[in-house]
Amino acid sequence: MNLHEYQAKELLKKYNVPVQEGFACGTVHEAEEAYRQIKTQYASNFAVVKAQIHAGGRGKGTVKETGINGVKVGKNLDDVIEIAKKLLGGTLVTIQTGPAGKVVNKILVAQDMYYDGVSDRKEFYLSILLDRSTGQNVIMYSTEGGMNIEDVAHDTPDKIFKEWVHPSGGLQGFQARKIAFNLGLSGEAFKNCTKFVTNLYNAYVGLDCSMLEINPLFKAADNKIVAVDCKMNLDDNALMRHADLASLRDTTEEDPTEVEAGKYNLNFVKLDGNVGCMVNGAGLAMATMDMIKLSGGEPANFLDVGGTANAQTVEAGFKIILKDPAVKAILINIFGGIVRCDRVAQGVIDAYKNLGNIKIPIIVRLQGTNAVEAKKLIDESGLKVQSAILLSEAADLVKKAVA
Amino acid sequence: MSILVNKNSKILVQGFTGTEGTFHATQMIEYGTNVVGGVTPGKGGSVHLDKPVFNTVADCVKTTGADVSIIFVPPAFAADAIMEAADAGIKLVVCITEGIPVQDMVKVKNYLLGKNTRLIGPNCPGVITAGECKVGIMPGFVFIPGRIGIVSKSGTLTYEAADQVAKAGLGISTAVGIGGDPIIGTPTKDAVELLMNDPETDAIVMIGEIGGGMEAEAARWIKETGNKKPVVGFIAGQTAPPGRRMGHAGAIVGGAEDTAEAKMKIMTECGIHVVKSPADIGKKMAEVIKK
Repeated sequence: MNLHEYQAKELLKKYNVPVQEGFACGTVHEAEEAYRQIKTQYASNFAVVKAQIHAGGRGKGTVKETGINGVKVGKNLDDVIEIAKKLLGGTLVTIQTGPAGKVVNKILVAQDMYYDGVSDRKEFYLSILLDRSTGQNVIMYSTEGGMNIEDVAHDTPDKIFKEWVHPSGGLQGFQARKIAFNLGLSGEAFKNCTKFVTNLYNAYVGLDCSMLEINPLFKAADNKIVAVDCKMNLDDNALMRHADLASLRDTTEEDPTEVEAGKYNLNFVKLDGNVGCMVNGAGLAMATMDMIKLSGGEPANFLDVGGTANAQTVEAGFKIILKDPAVKAILINIFGGIVRCDRVAQGVIDAYKNLGNIKIPIIVRLQGTNAVEAKKLIDESGLKVQSAILLSEAADLVKKAVA
Repeated sequence: MSILVNKNSKILVQGFTGTEGTFHATQMIEYGTNVVGGVTPGKGGSVHLDKPVFNTVADCVKTTGADVSIIFVPPAFAADAIMEAADAGIKLVVCITEGIPVQDMVKVKNYLLGKNTRLIGPNCPGVITAGECKVGIMPGFVFIPGRIGIVSKSGTLTYEAADQVAKAGLGISTAVGIGGDPIIGTPTKDAVELLMNDPETDAIVMIGEIGGGMEAEAARWIKETGNKKPVVGFIAGQTAPPGRRMGHAGAIVGGAEDTAEAKMKIMTECGIHVVKSPADIGKKMAEVIKK
């Protein structure tokens, strides 16, 4: 589950991780109020206004309707109001959103961290994630902050450091110090950095994050170390033990069809093709998508109906796939093990009849327990459904349907 | 004698009296698997499916001599169940449970270091030695006894492969569903290595998915050890977009090297017979075996 920057920062504060402070606003009026607060609290005329969407590259992205960038510095109240007006309700297109962009429902009006002081300002990069190859958490960091880390990894791999954390011992003091040294810090900033890293790791574990990225990790001119931006990804499997976190989910950021599929316990991912598919099992679902492509079509979705393919789930699956006008054919591929194929076939027939007028070809491939009986049921149903038992037969039928 | 499990294996079921545990234990017993008992904390002393129920894994091992455990415990308690089985000296733990938090598995992986316990899964269909012993949730009838081993991240794709192998006139020695999570007990390479060293396996089907580097690691090991047995490979997710989780928690393209394309290239370079279409697994195996 992805969180917004403002949500992630609130959570970090609970773990005593210093962040760039600010207020999440849904209206221009709220933004005005937020600016006033920031001005008094931090004695600065400047405030940073940041669009809150689930995608990176906001600073360089632009709002379609108004042409404004997703992150802007407001120099006074009028400026902030102007920026808020241009951001709220607009569609922000960034390198990560795709051409459709995402609607900005909230903005974060935040303190300006780029004030002058006793030392130079610096931007670093730091993230914590799972290293699958070792089965350990790893802290990845770099002196090159504020930019795309993939580019840094590609151009200057020697500027990326990694620190693995022992699963039972946790992050040790010497490791936090090593990170601060490698970032070139000393004195007050060094001490602040070790505290920051230690607390951030506690937040990562305590919140069951699957990824926590601070970019930039900022050293202010008064030697404070703060998270200016934060990308937090929570482990969906762990939400059962974080009831408070589950409520932070923003479904307006997700594909509405995917949200609806979730209500039926269907695992659905929308794609841009012309052949819909409904499959039991994630691996077989991906394999079926690959087969559609090899047969000359393009998969319109990933849909795993799980271990219980019955009339209800099949009908819900049909409805969700048929919402997409680009779909020219549907392939149902079920390998019946514990699930009996004749029951799934009956489910398909019932769902088909309930939905009435399906205009596109439906190909049903049922293999496994009672596959022959299932094929017979489909063939004798009088419906315009083509049936197959072998995967290669289903591939041929898809080829014909998209030809 | 195949690998991991055979007709002499003594199986205990953790989460024995629950819905899933009951259903699948019944299926396993029908297949001929030697289920010796089960564990459900608090229900020790009772009898379920004509087998004794124990409060702890240690009690069950002491009384029944069980050496293999299969876990049907809900995700919140599954990590604990794996560690309990390891602590009781179980040699092979098969964890079916889907949806275990990743940080729990970080702990489990570390706990198992230095212990004489092999973990299969979690989030997997289990292990089956065709005609002898089924420790999992797979449909047993699909696995016709023979001399082809299967290693797969995916459940239904394992059944698909076994079915195609049978349709090609061949059969299965042992099929191992290693699981689709980011952290699993037995990675592809370890399972492949077991089958390479098994005198009753002539060739291997290796099925992977996008995400992670396990298939590349296995492929390189196969090449380094001299391609002792032919391997037919398939990677699911050639059409999956980057950054989107495709069902399995581990099935997500992160970098350039965990795409299906990159994995298939490495596997081909390492002498594995890679098929592009999942419909060609059985056909390819028949061709390779004839050579």
